Amino acid sequence: MPLIALDYWDIAVAALLLLVNAGLSIWMQLGLARDTLIAAARMVVQLGIMGLLMKALFSAVSPWLTALFALAMVLFAGREAMARQERRLAGWWGYGVGTTAMLAAAAIVTVFALTTQVQPDPWYNPRYAIPMLGMILGNTMTGVALGLHTLTSTAMRDKAAIEARLALGHPRTEALRHVAAGALRTALMPIVNSMAATGLVALPGMMTGQILSGVDPVEAVKYQILIMFLIAGGTGFGALTAVLAGAARITDGRHRLRLDRLAAKKG
Amino acid sequence: MTSDGATLLTVHGLKRAGIEIPDFELAAGEAMAVLGPSGSGKSLFLRALADLDPNEGDLRLGGEARESMSGPQWRRQVTYVPAESGWWAERVGEHFESWDIAAAWAERLDIPAEAGDWPISRLSTGERQRLALVRAMAQGARVLLLDEPTSGLDQRMTRAVETRLHEFVANGGGLIFVTHDPDQASRLAKRCLRFAKGGKAEEEPCR
Repeated sequence: MPLIALDYWDIAVAALLLLVNAGLSIWMQLGLARDTLIAAARMVVQLGIMGLLMKALFSAVSPWLTALFALAMVLFAGREAMARQERRLAGWWGYGVGTTAMLAAAAIVTVFALTTQVQPDPWYNPRYAIPMLGMILGNTMTGVALGLHTLTSTAMRDKAAIEARLALGHPRTEALRHVAAGALRTALMPIVNSMAATGLVALPGMMTGQILSGVDPVEAVKYQILIMFLIAGGTGFGALTAVLAGAARITDGRHRLRLDRLAAKKG
Repeated sequence: MTSDGATLLTVHGLKRAGIEIPDFELAAGEAMAVLGPSGSGKSLFLRALADLDPNEGDLRLGGEARESMSGPQWRRQVTYVPAESGWWAERVGEHFESWDIAAAWAERLDIPAEAGDWPISRLSTGERQRLALVRAMAQGARVLLLDEPTSGLDQRMTRAVETRLHEFVANGGGLIFVTHDPDQASRLAKRCLRFAKGGKAEEEPCR
């Protein structure tokens, strides 16, 4: 079955739904109309640019251009992950810890999948590499941001308990154990929940997309399962790296709690 | 009160933002009270001694330099107990290396041995304060740094805690404690470190 292509009018008609929502928001004074419309406009522009860039990238099939594009995606993800933390590490650490963790986790998992499971030709073929990196990165970003956010906010909240342990001579790994463990649990909760609910409640976007474009549902399901495993792996690695590095940064070599290394609350 | 006179804690050139401390030495079996208005840096001083905040200085315990041991090794021996200490586990006993050993100490401060099974939420402020002290004493601290150790206690319990502290000092421990009560200072110590508003401290005999 061939893909039913959409023309721009189809999209414009769908956008009416959003305008109805915005109208309701104004009528009920929810104050959401402006944010909703700006977000929608951003989405249209960002995806539009992405579509054009990917079209060019896919026809080039250059390893360097693909790597550059992937790096740009990671850098944007790093900014987004930083913006989602209420109390982040001061200075470059705030950006660096999350971004490095995402770069390492997403790169390892994507390259692993491309070279051993999906095996396109060549393995860095951007038609496979970029969408897969995008899916892995999007979820890893959520995990990293949640992990770091929970780490720093719990450390602030439980400062007295952590310092009581440090004052008694417990090493920082002990004193921060429950904080780091809680941060990791929170980071992995979304992917665990979504694996449990997938197929029953939610049909994942990628699988739906493949089915809409005419792929046999069983093949689409196989792809989706592979992607879910990759996402879970990437989120796990990324969150673990970020939380451990963050925990090391909010303490020091003399095993002190260094909440002074967090940036002041924003806003 | 016996005092064997050997230097236990040496504090030379202690530098920490916000406070100015004269050099001093604390002998085994000696106690020093820390007095001064709120916000003058008394807690910052104790935290610096315990190496809980970044600070500089030549600090020694029994002649051994602080830098020659790790932070945790230092703090197991030079132990800071804040006025309101933290609790990280659900039950009281889980906060002690051995509740069986600690229970003997706790009972002498009117806390029954079965308190080991109590949830932390069941403890009153005063019980928490006494248990935090027991926690530091039971694991063998050599110098205790106590921030208002009796602030939440009634007179009878205050005296019971003071008796325990007297014993600790008489057995060769070193004690540095913050108090707002000059009478308590002279009951427990001969030496007083008085902080002025700007964070400058001077040593003087207790009145």
